Amino acid sequence: MATLKVPVTANDHRQGRAHAKVTLVEYGDYECPYCGLAYWVVKKLQQHFGEDLLLVFRNFPLTTAHPHALGAAVTAEYAGSRGFFWEAHDELYENQDRLGVPLYGAIALRHGLSSDELVVAMQTDIYLPKIQSDFNGGVRSGVNGTPAFYIDGLRYDGPPEVTEMSQAIELSSMRGLNR
Amino acid sequence: MNTSALDDAKETTDGPVQGPLPAGTVAPDFSLYATPDQRLSLHELKGSPVILAFYPADWSSVCGDQLTLYNQVLPTFREYGATLLGISVDSVWCHQAFVKDRGFHFSLLADFEPKGAVARQYGAYESHLGVCKRALFVIDKEGVVVWSYVSPMAINPGADGILDALDALADSPHSTPSKSQ
Repeated sequence: MATLKVPVTANDHRQGRAHAKVTLVEYGDYECPYCGLAYWVVKKLQQHFGEDLLLVFRNFPLTTAHPHALGAAVTAEYAGSRGFFWEAHDELYENQDRLGVPLYGAIALRHGLSSDELVVAMQTDIYLPKIQSDFNGGVRSGVNGTPAFYIDGLRYDGPPEVTEMSQAIELSSMRGLNR
Repeated sequence: MNTSALDDAKETTDGPVQGPLPAGTVAPDFSLYATPDQRLSLHELKGSPVILAFYPADWSSVCGDQLTLYNQVLPTFREYGATLLGISVDSVWCHQAFVKDRGFHFSLLADFEPKGAVARQYGAYESHLGVCKRALFVIDKEGVVVWSYVSPMAINPGADGILDALDALADSPHSTPSKSQ
């Protein structure tokens, strides 16, 4: 079974308690339609498990297939550098049908950020090493498509559905692997 | 992540070779069409590692996802000096349309006539279905298989096994090029 080769650290985008019972790592692509569907599944899992679940998001943009994936990832990373990663992440997935520069600028402005700075970030590739590092770690961990989930370090190969993922999370919680 | 009937198909083991050619085997040479008027032979690539990705069918869901991933990982493969080749029994014209549609930057070879002849030599032919298995081979600069793996039809094997094999190759004292920095 494929395992997570890059441990979760403080440099990751995390949502939830650092010492939650279970850690769910997602490798995602903002333009991937399956990731768009899984976004709502993850929201439900977070509601269901509350503080028992730590969510980590890592970039896995398949840019040769999804021309907007990198721009969206840069937008989220830029917002993240200003403390608004999860807001941007959510707005990108909730507006997946209109990914593009106008949306990215609107997300920046909504959080009091500079759309000019965002344009510079895109032109200078300042966030590319972080995004590429996420991607490379995913490839090494056996990510074979998006979304890819790891529950306490083990790749989840079941369907990205609430019931099945909840069962896998509960099982991992009982096993106490996240220690 | 949609699957097709082909992606979900069950394999049999009634081919002339049981299982994929194992590490240590000299990789059988071949010459297959890469474009409608151009053949590519394995021996032309001696001197650097080669990754052979046999797959069931152009346009199928799992194959499309797998090759899209490899297309994205191509710069990393090239850091090892490795050449990636996709091989299926589809015709060269089908490959050409598939490559254009998906923007692939590597060659797809047509193991079309005699159908699956190269795949059979590598133990990578699924005779029950008349397609290649989802089989991976890493070949060193001398033309010897150093790693092989057959994935279930419905499972995209990812690229981690290939990279691990290229790492081992780069670390080997007898091997091919070390990874460029």
